[in-house]
Amino acid sequence: MPELTRADVAHLAGLARIAMTDDELDRMVGELGIILESVAKVQQAPIEGVEPMSHPLPLTNVNRPDAVHPSLSAAAALAGAPEVDQQRFSVPRILDEE
Amino acid sequence: MTDLIRLTADEMADALAAKDISSLELTRAHLERIAAVDGGVHAFLHVDGEGALAAARTIDERRSAGEALPRLAGVPIGVKDVMATKGLPTTCGSKILQGWVPPYDATLVTRLRQSGLPILGKLNMDEFAMGSSTEHSAYGPTHNPWDLERIPGGSGGGSAACVGSYQAPLAIGTDTGGSIRQPAAVTGTVGTKPTYGGVSRFGLVALASSLDQAGPCTRTVLDAALLHEVIGGYDPMDSTSIDAPVPPVVEAARRADVSGMRIGIVRELTGEGFQAGVQKRFDEAVEHLVDAGAEVVEVSCPSFTYALAAYYLILPSEASSNLARFDAMRYGLRVWPSDDASAEQVMAATRAAGFGDEVKRRIILGTYALSSGYYDAYYGSAQKVRRLIYDDFASAFERADVLVSPTSPTTAFRFGEKMTDPMSMYLQDIATIPANLAGVPGMSVPSGLADEDGLPAGFQILAPATRDERLYAVGAALEQRLDAAWGGPLLDRAPTLASAFSGAMGSSYADARDGEGR
Repeated sequence: MPELTRADVAHLAGLARIAMTDDELDRMVGELGIILESVAKVQQAPIEGVEPMSHPLPLTNVNRPDAVHPSLSAAAALAGAPEVDQQRFSVPRILDEE
Repeated sequence: MTDLIRLTADEMADALAAKDISSLELTRAHLERIAAVDGGVHAFLHVDGEGALAAARTIDERRSAGEALPRLAGVPIGVKDVMATKGLPTTCGSKILQGWVPPYDATLVTRLRQSGLPILGKLNMDEFAMGSSTEHSAYGPTHNPWDLERIPGGSGGGSAACVGSYQAPLAIGTDTGGSIRQPAAVTGTVGTKPTYGGVSRFGLVALASSLDQAGPCTRTVLDAALLHEVIGGYDPMDSTSIDAPVPPVVEAARRADVSGMRIGIVRELTGEGFQAGVQKRFDEAVEHLVDAGAEVVEVSCPSFTYALAAYYLILPSEASSNLARFDAMRYGLRVWPSDDASAEQVMAATRAAGFGDEVKRRIILGTYALSSGYYDAYYGSAQKVRRLIYDDFASAFERADVLVSPTSPTTAFRFGEKMTDPMSMYLQDIATIPANLAGVPGMSVPSGLADEDGLPAGFQILAPATRDERLYAVGAALEQRLDAAWGGPLLDRAPTLASAFSGAMGSSYADARDGEGR
């Protein structure tokens, strides 16, 4: 099993959109290493040829009649927003990302 | 402590129906209890006295008008802070949702309101339900009513401690890997995780969608059944909701009949790794069930030894995906690292500031387990183990009607004991996790106090999917016999907190609390 490096954790934190300090990264590498070593045990189970299971219930698609139901008002939906402008969620710029 | 709050929910319902007491009186008594002891216990993150009293008044008026009301109408309840409550703060124990007030009710909360249960407030939990001690709550831990220096279990420690300290007769919990059952075990209370799909998840802030299930936290098995009946049943708003009537749980709890029932002891979930006193109380409980007419069989579920590993891949994977919604755009915290920061930078800064260590650990772990190149080795393998566990349950239930084990391997530990070693914390759920992976229902009932530390231990019952009533039959039969042997409920032996809290100890706890939380 490949060892998880500090660079790996920094990359994963970037993917997960969590800014991390150097100290946090150092700590996380050690902790995740121990957890990964333990959960890697799943690979030793007799799983060859076993069908993966994503869900405990036999799921079928659920449809409902295409009828109009009352829904949240714009004001209610926006009530918890960090910033609102012209009855819309106001968000930081998305252009010129690094 | 007034005698009123020590009644069971069933007895309260009787007294309300007979108009011996009013809901206003009953709700007020619980609010007084909260004011008296919750400084020391810290079960509540938010108390809604005004809302609860208003709901109680309405129920009293409707009852006076001669209206036929649901069984639990007027009996107050506490709700875990993971359920959306319209007009009431919902934080999931996280800074990222501090101050958020949902614009809608979870289906389960709607059912509580429709059934006339006054909601006393929102209950503390490990952040986003990740943990076994409530030490991961951003608002400070809940304390175990049996010993305020110890953990009340988790993630639903607030729910268990709330009913265990008579701050409410009923509470709602959620169980993703044991978060209803393990807190019940270490606080000497009762908790049920219904069959997956038995209770709607609409409005429950998702941790791991294929594992999460809400259920009742109470002091007696019958009370759990009464609450189960209120919150259970089909909900078109949840695509995984089971379209079938709620199993006959109340009838089973009242009959408490286990004669001829085959009780399966799971070899992999007893003995080694379980505290001696916990194991001893478990063995005695099995004897009581035999006396009550049950038959004992030993079953083996070899794949259970891989359950913890599979769970700590599946849960973080689903959580890393579910928690992506906390992006600082539509609700919750928004942190600007600089004035001209981009959306991505705001997101990263917000999640850094808003999530605690355990949440970050699990998100990173899940991101890793799902990343290309590692998916098959980790998440894929875990899903195959999940199938093996499901199959193990299926064969075990051919030989036994229910399976039993100790709920948690130990009694309540001291604060800080497992915080530096995440794996040792994860082991708390070793016996409860298989049920979530397979979707089967489970319950924890008190089995007594462990000899070595005098703290409560729990007895876990598992039943086949949709046969939740069997939990109640076995739980009620055991409760009946143990209460008779003890000369009363186990909780009668817990410290009365009023005295414990009146001194300096209480104020130091109060100081340590987060002011915003209340």
